[in-house]
Amino acid sequence: MFRRKKKDRQERLEQGLERTRAGFFGRVKRLVRGKDTVDETTLDALEEVLITSDVGVRTTLDIISRIQARVRRDRYLDADELTSLIRDEIARLLHGQRHRDFDAPLKGHPHVILVVGVNGVGKTTTIGKMAYHYRQAGRSVVVGAADTFRAAAIEQLEVWTQRADATLIKQRRGSDPASVAFDTVQSAIARRADVVLIDTAGRLHTRSGLMDELGKIRRIIGRKLPDAPHEVLLVLDASIGQNAIRQAEEFSQSVNVTGLVITKLDGTAKGGVIIGISNELQIPVQYIGVGEGLDDLQVFDAQRYVAALSV
Amino acid sequence: MFDSLTSKLEGALKSLSGQGRITEINVAETMGEVRRALLEADVNYQVARSFTNRVHDKALGEEVLRSVAPGQQLVKIVYDELVALLGGTNQEIKFRPPPPTVILVAGLQGSGKTTFCGKLALYLMGQGRAPLLVAADVYRPAAVQQLRMLGNEVGVATHSVTDEFGAIVQDAPRVARESVVAARKSARDVVIIDTAGRMHVDSAMMEEVIAIKRAVKPSEILFVVDSMTGQDAVRTAKAFNRRLDFSGVVLTKLDGDTRGGAALSIRSVVKKPIKYASTGEKLSQLSAFHPDRMARRILGMGDVVTLVEKVQKQVDARQAKAMRRKIRKNQFNFQDLLVQLQHLRSIGSLSDMMSLVPGQRKGTDNPEQEEASLRRMESIILSMTIEERRKPQIITASRRRRIARGSGVKVRDVNDVLKQLRMVRAMMKSALRMRRGGQQVGIQQLMQMVR
Ligand SMILES: Nc1nc2c(ncn2[C@@H]2O[C@H](COP(=O)(O)OP(=O)(O)O)[C@@H](O)[C@H]2O)c(=O)[nH]1
Ligand SMILES: [Mg+2]
Repeated sequence: MFRRKKKDRQERLEQGLERTRAGFFGRVKRLVRGKDTVDETTLDALEEVLITSDVGVRTTLDIISRIQARVRRDRYLDADELTSLIRDEIARLLHGQRHRDFDAPLKGHPHVILVVGVNGVGKTTTIGKMAYHYRQAGRSVVVGAADTFRAAAIEQLEVWTQRADATLIKQRRGSDPASVAFDTVQSAIARRADVVLIDTAGRLHTRSGLMDELGKIRRIIGRKLPDAPHEVLLVLDASIGQNAIRQAEEFSQSVNVTGLVITKLDGTAKGGVIIGISNELQIPVQYIGVGEGLDDLQVFDAQRYVAALSV
Repeated sequence: MFDSLTSKLEGALKSLSGQGRITEINVAETMGEVRRALLEADVNYQVARSFTNRVHDKALGEEVLRSVAPGQQLVKIVYDELVALLGGTNQEIKFRPPPPTVILVAGLQGSGKTTFCGKLALYLMGQGRAPLLVAADVYRPAAVQQLRMLGNEVGVATHSVTDEFGAIVQDAPRVARESVVAARKSARDVVIIDTAGRMHVDSAMMEEVIAIKRAVKPSEILFVVDSMTGQDAVRTAKAFNRRLDFSGVVLTKLDGDTRGGAALSIRSVVKKPIKYASTGEKLSQLSAFHPDRMARRILGMGDVVTLVEKVQKQVDARQAKAMRRKIRKNQFNFQDLLVQLQHLRSIGSLSDMMSLVPGQRKGTDNPEQEEASLRRMESIILSMTIEERRKPQIITASRRRRIARGSGVKVRDVNDVLKQLRMVRAMMKSALRMRRGGQQVGIQQLMQMVR
């Protein structure tokens, strides 16, 4: 962000990655050194690593039992083999493939992306960053302010669209979000825009009325433009625990989530719950947020992420 | 969905009662289940481990070994330990003269600080205080506007500092310092300072909040944390505490269905009291923190409550058996229903309870209405004679009219309640087939039914 130099941030991230790499894999290596099998102590350490990264009990046990099976088959495994085995196992769960870049061909024209999630996870910020990246890739972007509920949400988005050089479509606070979404898509069609990003109010997945409202927004978009929305992104805060799985389930049911965004990976939280979500619900991670600046969004890379996992 | 801790412990409980004696092995096994439940509730790994170790040692004490219902006794120990760890009784903000009392609010991005500030202002106004809100989040787009709008809603002034061009002055310590002076001038007795969200690893931003602290010497520093936080909660809380030495914790977004294990982790690692719980987007949805409710929630919620209460009320196995027999024979009656209802009430407000039941998303949208319909049901039953309660089949049309008059409702409402009893019976019976549950079946089914 403007108050912080980009170099600092990059360094901090790299440092973080370095620290964790040394931490976990270093520990596993120390544990395995001098032994010729993977024993209980090693598996316990692995369990702790996975659990403390929020991977969740069930998925942790799944991973461990697969590793155990491999170990039984291969008998001898040295430290390097074990670490790469773990890495592969997790990357496999995360469906390794990388989401397309911002300049790659898009499905729709306009390509409509609906952004959903609980309160404060970073939806609006993510939209600002995505708008910026699409603009950088030479695409025209229309953003819809369908969070008509939270105080100053529209003003917040206004700042972001200015920064990103995107067009904002808004109505008054308190107006019907579905109608804002409709207007946005309509105006994007009229302007022949490439990308439409629709911000929504944060909502807990337990509020059925609000979840129905999302369904309505989705349907209205589809009425204006068949096949739209082309993407529905669920934004998750990296520090979230096991409740994320419930969220993914519920949001998927209401609006058919196509991808995840994990924000705030610039802290120490690892967002390991996405491994659990991938394991149980098969929703791929598309982007990660690593700060509050315009360019602090990256296309998710499973291998790099796995390397950064854990304490 | 998470498997409930109770159903797991019930398995252990069954094997315990079968053996008649508790052994070290089955205590260890049961503790394994407790540990897993805690981890699924996002309790920190180390905290969960030391917790179960401690309970394990306690459980092997005389008390449990000699107990008639060792399994239930075990659950009670777990529960009591949890409550104790979570802080026993609740604590709120301390006001010390001279005014104004300065409250600094800090936390990670998106944890709910700004909304909490608005809520706290309203809450303290309800106690006769005159708050001033201070917008010291000078970075996030529209953060100042957001706080100002909340201030307007609750009718409290918001202090912010802009330069001659109307731009926000990005000097949070200055904003804070000047706000205290402004508060004194305008006779405000409490100053609530909202700050920017920050990562504990962001040293520049941590320096800033320390500078704010130095500038205003707050009597209260509240660390706001999202109740959905996972394992990282401990690390963040520790880092904030090391730098800021906060005086209390605020848990937000408790209206969801998270089990909120982070509360336990933070509490047991930084040893600072959890002071408030934020439970919704409405500004009135803030309450003092209740360790007992939180303990129930972490343990797997609704049905654990029943189990624990069961122990507390010393309901013996015979009574539970009688209940099961009643359900099986379709004899569950209004008297039993009334007991369940009053039991529900004693646990806490229904709307709180509803939000605690795992996997229940329908209905939590309108807790007031649900609470009202339960209350109506209760008053209708109270208008019945004991005989009518025991034998609902004798409730004729004229009796229905009398009951309706007595409870101030329409005959239609009485009919509804009669129908609901039939539904409860049917549901309980089928639930009984699925898992032998005794009393706790009653409450869960009841809750589903009212919905
Ligand atoms: N450190 C950090 N903060 C973020 C990131 N993404 C969003 N935020 C912050 O999280 C807070 C909530 O973001 P916002 O976009 O308003 O969330 P929304 O309620 O989901 O729209 C704001 O303070 C953002 O600046 C991220 O990747 N890293
Ligand atoms: Mg928003």
